[in-house]
Amino acid sequence: MKSNTLILHTAALFIMPLQLMFSVFLLFRGHDEPGGGFIGGLVASGAFVLYAFAFGSEATRRILRVAPRDLLAAGLLFAIASTIPAFLAGQPMLTAHWWELPLPGNSYLKLSTPLIFDIGVYAAVLGTIMTFVINLMEADE
Amino acid sequence: MLLAVLSGFLLAIVAPALHRVTGRYIGWTLAILPASLTAYFASLIPEVQTNGSLVLEYAWIPGLGINLNFLVDGLSLVFALMISGIGTFILIYAGAYLAGHKYLARFFVIMLSFMASMLGLVLSDNLISIFVFWELTSITSYMLIGFNHEDMEARKCALQGLFVTAGGGLVLMAGLILLSIMTGSYSLAEILASDSALHEHAFYTAAVLCILAGTFTKSAQVPFHFWLPNAMAAPTPVSAFLHSATMVKAGVYLMARLNPALGEGDLWSQTLMLFGAATMFTGAYLAFSSTGIKKVLAYSTIMALGTLTMLIGVGTELALTAFICFLVAHSLYKGALFMLAGALDHETGTKDITRMGGLRKAMPVTATIACLAALSLAGLPPLFGFVAKELMFESLLDSPLWSAGLTTAAVAASVLIVGVAGLVAIKPFFGQVGNTPKTPHEAPFGMLVGPAVLSLTALVFGLAPFLPEGALLRSAVGSVYGAPVETYLALWHGVNVPLILSIGSLVLGLSLLAGWKRLQPSIYAINTSAARFGPEAGYFRFMEGITIVAAWQTRVLQNGVLGLYLLLLVAVTFGLTGYTLLTHHGINLTLDLSYSHFYEWGIALLLVVAAVFASATHSRLGSVASMGVLGFGVALTFILFSAPDLGITQLLVETLTVILLVLVLFKLPEFVNLSSPFERYRDLAVAAFAGIVMTLLILAALDVQYFESISSYYIENSAPLAYGRNIVNVILVDFRALDTLGEIFVLSLAALGVLSMIKLKAEDQHKP
Repeated sequence: MKSNTLILHTAALFIMPLQLMFSVFLLFRGHDEPGGGFIGGLVASGAFVLYAFAFGSEATRRILRVAPRDLLAAGLLFAIASTIPAFLAGQPMLTAHWWELPLPGNSYLKLSTPLIFDIGVYAAVLGTIMTFVINLMEADE
Repeated sequence: MLLAVLSGFLLAIVAPALHRVTGRYIGWTLAILPASLTAYFASLIPEVQTNGSLVLEYAWIPGLGINLNFLVDGLSLVFALMISGIGTFILIYAGAYLAGHKYLARFFVIMLSFMASMLGLVLSDNLISIFVFWELTSITSYMLIGFNHEDMEARKCALQGLFVTAGGGLVLMAGLILLSIMTGSYSLAEILASDSALHEHAFYTAAVLCILAGTFTKSAQVPFHFWLPNAMAAPTPVSAFLHSATMVKAGVYLMARLNPALGEGDLWSQTLMLFGAATMFTGAYLAFSSTGIKKVLAYSTIMALGTLTMLIGVGTELALTAFICFLVAHSLYKGALFMLAGALDHETGTKDITRMGGLRKAMPVTATIACLAALSLAGLPPLFGFVAKELMFESLLDSPLWSAGLTTAAVAASVLIVGVAGLVAIKPFFGQVGNTPKTPHEAPFGMLVGPAVLSLTALVFGLAPFLPEGALLRSAVGSVYGAPVETYLALWHGVNVPLILSIGSLVLGLSLLAGWKRLQPSIYAINTSAARFGPEAGYFRFMEGITIVAAWQTRVLQNGVLGLYLLLLVAVTFGLTGYTLLTHHGINLTLDLSYSHFYEWGIALLLVVAAVFASATHSRLGSVASMGVLGFGVALTFILFSAPDLGITQLLVETLTVILLVLVLFKLPEFVNLSSPFERYRDLAVAAFAGIVMTLLILAALDVQYFESISSYYIENSAPLAYGRNIVNVILVDFRALDTLGEIFVLSLAALGVLSMIKLKAEDQHKP
């Protein structure tokens, strides 16, 4: 399935990068403002679904670079990896760890295991939906 | 300690990369880990000697009482040393045995994971983590039995092993949970330390039966023994490690471990004695009647497992000493014999004993080691097997219950085992030169070092039994008995009844061996007729039964009419919910509408209209779109009631759902009306019922509050504890991250399910 309208093609090319950036923005601000890995993952899947509608599943696979299935696995690995610091510190599983890296200009970067976990959620959600969509699209091709 | 257990898993991850670097020395390289683990466990011996036991704590999921605590005492240390010690030689052996195999790296990954799971199992203090490691050993064993996965037979045997052991594992979990309810703790150390009389507890029978069902399947006791010989489809290093020295002993380990807690009841000791004795005799008989060298050894393993179970059942101080000695002796000689059997198979090209003969000239070293190990198997001096067997006879003669019966069974079994020892040590190496597919020559060094070291250890332990006794065995006996014990191991006890029994069984066994060839036809006839009614036939009938029941319930419940699934689901869910609501709460119809705004009414109206349109329309696209409207209306409600995260999620999910539905929609046939008016009214009634129950439920929820709401805790602690102002997200990734972790795993499984459904369907259509 592939649409041949010029409007959709052009719109998809413009909207997709914006939507992807927005999804990452949602992911990172999630801890303090509405957003987070789940929502970010959904927005990102929206972007790729739009692209898939415009250019077909083959092109979407290319632009994803990795198989959706592997994205899924990567998400789970990230989520599991976020448990390692607590494990090494001898704390209960999934105890949060925070690191603050000073940046130039009197600001600092907050990094944490919940963030790693959230990235895992993001990838798992994206992987799930892309597995559904791409395989459904290819089902009769 | 944690690192010691997990290092196997870590090494498994890097094993394939290591294989690329080290090439054919991979076995030797990997063996460094178990060797250093052996040293580490040995270094714990002095501490265990002085303190009795030590518990190392690590909180894992303390909220659920699940901790990775480790209990190190005599018993677990004996097992840990066996696993890592024999594991060292098995890895070296496997490197030589499977040299050049295309899946060698994969083999080591699974093997190391197995070793780590096994260490976790015997060292864990927590019942839940014991169960997790227990199932891990079942799964890794499944992958190892089916290692030659292109072979149909191997896959079938692997599946059989998995079904029996994992099925038993589930029953075991029920038993362990019952045990924790009885004692109020998941910790073994606490359970063993508590002196409450468990055998008078109401759950005692159920718990014992469940735990024994689990351990019997794992340790191949009659009537579950049939999977073990079939597991010999695995490559020989696997058989030598899993199916003789370690995994099958996991069940024995758990029985020994729980003996101090559960052993006071008659049910425990009598069941163990009965099944143990039956297994011992059956195993010995079947071993003597087989011709494949691996099958002979597998059945003699069953005999040993039966003996061990029986000795736990007898439960006297002497019997438990015999238990520990027999356990160690068996691991030493059986590991060695299996590796030698693999070497024979490898160098001669056949597993059939009847085709081997006179190999001692071609393989002198193999022959010497095999004779040494077989002496221990037959229980002859000066090997450690003799010490163990004498102790066994002595404790059986001394047994408080069924002494005569058990002794008779043990003597009969040991007569047969002397014959078996002859089969594996005399038959292949002496007599006429056999006709083997390959010209035999000596096995490589890597394949002989393991058996040699194990057999020599058995010899040293036999000549100086006070060495292992003083170091570890006494405290191991103590941990099985539940109190410190005094033991006196010696090679020579003087002329007494056990010695006379030993000599008698030796003479009878040798004469049986002489007549082995003549006995074969009649044994064969007995076995074929027994097979028709044996437990394995029962297994196959059971599996067929499962298939038949599955087909029946698929026809009834999953007949492909999706509407019916939905109907059943909704009717059952809301029927049960409605019932609970009525009986526990009653109906509440008061609702204060004075605070409602006009736009809320607008949204409600929109929802109703969309719902009616979705069910009444004849266009699929129309109904999907109006379902979308419905979803957006719900999202609006979330936003109005200040739940932006929920609102956004709902919006996105709705959008993607519509897209997915549209994707599927194109593939559906024309819209036709197939349902009769009756069916439509029935569906309407169920739908209305569900709606009413849901409304009542929400009204009830407004009315009562059973617990103080937890939201205030989250609101107060979100920023100070978790450094986040978005409470929803903080709950998802921090406070309740374990739930989220579970959810994304479910999500992924669903995705893989859909993937395989689509792909399998596509493949079906491509078939001619």
